[in-house]
Amino acid sequence: MSEESLGVQRRRLFWDRASEKLLYLLVISSGLIVLLIAATLYFRSRPVLQMQPLRSLLFSLDWHPSRGSFGFLPFIAGTLWVTCVAMALAIPVCLLTSIYIAEYAPKKFREWINPLIDILAGIPSVVYGIWGVLVIVPFIKEWLAPLFHVSSTGYCVLAGGMVLAVMVFPFIIHLSTEILKAVPQELRDASLALGATKWQTIKNVVMRRAMPGIVAAIVLGISRALGETIAVMMVVGNVARLPKSLFDPAYPLPALIANNYGEMMSIPLYDSALLFASFILLLVVLYFNVVSRMILSGSKWSSYYYG
Amino acid sequence: MDKRSLEENIFKTLMVGSTLLILAVLLMILGTIVVKGLPFLSWSMLTQAPKSGYYLGKEGGILNAILGSLYLTGGATILAFFISLPVTLYLNVYARRGSRLVYVTRFVFDVLWGIPSIVYGAFGFTLMLFFGLHTSLLAGMITVAFLILPIMTRSMDEVIRMVPNALLDASYALGATRWETAFKVVVRQALPGILTAVLIAFGRGIGDAASLIFTAGFTDSLPSSLFRPVATLPLTIFFQFSTPIPEVRGRAYAAALILTIIILIISVVSRFLTKRFARHVVR
Amino acid sequence: MESNAHIRVNNLNVFYGKDHALKDISVEIPNKKITVIIGPSGCGKTTLLKSFNRLLDPTDNVKVTGEVFVDGENIYDPNIEVTHIRKKMGLLSQKPYPLPMSIYDNIAYGPRLHGEKNKKKLDRIVEHFLKTASLWEEVKNKLSAPASRLSVGQQQRLCLARGLAVGPEIILGDEPTSALDPKSSQHIEKRFLELKQHYTIVIVTHILRQTKRLADYVLFLYMGRLIEHGPAQEVLENPKQEMTREYIQGIIS
Repeated sequence: MSEESLGVQRRRLFWDRASEKLLYLLVISSGLIVLLIAATLYFRSRPVLQMQPLRSLLFSLDWHPSRGSFGFLPFIAGTLWVTCVAMALAIPVCLLTSIYIAEYAPKKFREWINPLIDILAGIPSVVYGIWGVLVIVPFIKEWLAPLFHVSSTGYCVLAGGMVLAVMVFPFIIHLSTEILKAVPQELRDASLALGATKWQTIKNVVMRRAMPGIVAAIVLGISRALGETIAVMMVVGNVARLPKSLFDPAYPLPALIANNYGEMMSIPLYDSALLFASFILLLVVLYFNVVSRMILSGSKWSSYYYG
Repeated sequence: MDKRSLEENIFKTLMVGSTLLILAVLLMILGTIVVKGLPFLSWSMLTQAPKSGYYLGKEGGILNAILGSLYLTGGATILAFFISLPVTLYLNVYARRGSRLVYVTRFVFDVLWGIPSIVYGAFGFTLMLFFGLHTSLLAGMITVAFLILPIMTRSMDEVIRMVPNALLDASYALGATRWETAFKVVVRQALPGILTAVLIAFGRGIGDAASLIFTAGFTDSLPSSLFRPVATLPLTIFFQFSTPIPEVRGRAYAAALILTIIILIISVVSRFLTKRFARHVVR
Repeated sequence: MESNAHIRVNNLNVFYGKDHALKDISVEIPNKKITVIIGPSGCGKTTLLKSFNRLLDPTDNVKVTGEVFVDGENIYDPNIEVTHIRKKMGLLSQKPYPLPMSIYDNIAYGPRLHGEKNKKKLDRIVEHFLKTASLWEEVKNKLSAPASRLSVGQQQRLCLARGLAVGPEIILGDEPTSALDPKSSQHIEKRFLELKQHYTIVIVTHILRQTKRLADYVLFLYMGRLIEHGPAQEVLENPKQEMTREYIQGIIS
């Protein structure tokens, strides 16, 4: 080998090794972002944790930041209410739609419904919020509430839940359609060959096989719903009380965090309390995510990760 | 009709019904924004910054927010890109095929993807204080970069892992190093997908508001410095929408229309790019 | 043992995790001949071929013991540098994989990597090897067209030219005709017969007829073991082992 090409060779190899080390470092450090976020938020919420026992932070109704009492129960309850309503609305619609798209819809239809669902997924949160205020809120105030003989401003748990349901539609549909498609065709054929109808096959074979994945998709949808901020905040009323019915206003955690940025630096411990709220949110969402991703990465879908 | 097919028909009706419901909701959202926003859309909105009294219904536009959003999201996308691409290349070229590290990293990025943007906002806020910054273009950029990093990485990973291993082997067999294979072969092969991933991340970033409330701040002037607050479309929509003055609310609708159009354009362009740049791609 | 064989395998074992894929392989590949590796699917043919230029490296959980000498260098020596080993061997895979670039750049890719920048020299290299692979006439007017637009048969010849352009001594073929139509296969086979004057060629195939047409030397693998090896005529017409006979008669496959 000539002197010159040896030089080229050496340079190439050096760069190959160096780049490997560099990229490895980058992979590891980007993987540590989760820990970094959790650690930062925990560190910043320590002052309020030292002031008030965890139990009273989580289960007290007393929210008076200026008096130094931070009871997060109204907000936690608000988050749970809104999320539950959203999921109760979204789950049936999403399941039916995904089964339709994956099993029944003609190929042509599938080709143009997927981009449309992508559009739904891409619409910014604040636009959903405007739609909620202009359409859902008046709908509840003028139609739904009178139907149940209650009076409501329309800014309530139900409005938040409805907007949120629409926002998680594309997310759950996308995932569960993928999961249904991953069920092997042989399984369907075997059932059909035994004389089952298409619906029986779907109900007894396809759904049963896809169930863990669908559950995971729903759990991911829940975690997405838990953290949604702007749109919900625009329609849910933001009153720090325990909601007693669907037509009462609520005040979910993300809305609390977003709404009080202005004051939080002027009241002692307020910033710490809000970062504690984000810390709770992070932990809950991480938990849901890890669980559902574990289900998804379990035997049948492991190709999703390994490829 | 026997019971079996009755049940099937009921469910089929429900399925078609819910699919139509979703399409109807989509149309309704787009329709609402168009109907409400179009009358208020004007050339001056796109080309002027807010003048005094703008928020009381006087003259001006939202150029500050349009530019702010583009700069902020553009910067964030570039930042995220310089992490996403190397990380994905590491996972698919450098790391051993099917190794534990690859699995764990994908898992972690999926989990990161699930973290709500308001939490990224809070995180960005604490970082910002830690580094002694104020609400600024830079702080917003970094926060949004964190927010879109997992989105970009996972979408890029999805396309780069489609590059057949045999193509990598073909390059190795010619004596190429992994670095050369990664940048001369894999990147070219996956280019359309990489661009799509970048655009998806940009679209997600430009529509997000919750991460910016704490970090980007707001201003009526055009973005001028990395260290000054910056206006963004989602926030300008949000603020203008909260006022009772009809004229200002109308502009919020128009701004929402602009934002939606930007996002639709991005999604159309990414579809187009996928086709256009597929020239060299080996199937 | 002194030997001038390009490839000499000594006690080679390959494990995929717990799966023992190659067991105690020892063999010498004769120079400037076509050696064909035959055996039923899953017997380790491709693994053996890939072990010659260390293409097993990127797979997780692979363990290799024993030695493979290429030009007297043990390529599994931990201090060895792998790209110059790979440069010594051209590879043809089952399906042609043109690189995502133009026809010209496909051929010039290797030489450029190894430091050739002179445009005129590159032009000459491209022309020369496209001619060797008998593709020149078909593509000389569209060298800047994407390689992916060529037909599969042309692509495989392009891959051959690309491999030759880095100046190897050995050509490895992993069922190189399996994705091709009969006409293109014939084309490739002809090239092999010409090229063996200058190159040592090792091919994996499961087609016995192809083996008969091409082979000077045959290795028969079964369940990861090298059952029999020797000059083609001996192994194919008068095998010493019962298993080889059964395979050749089509009883096991």
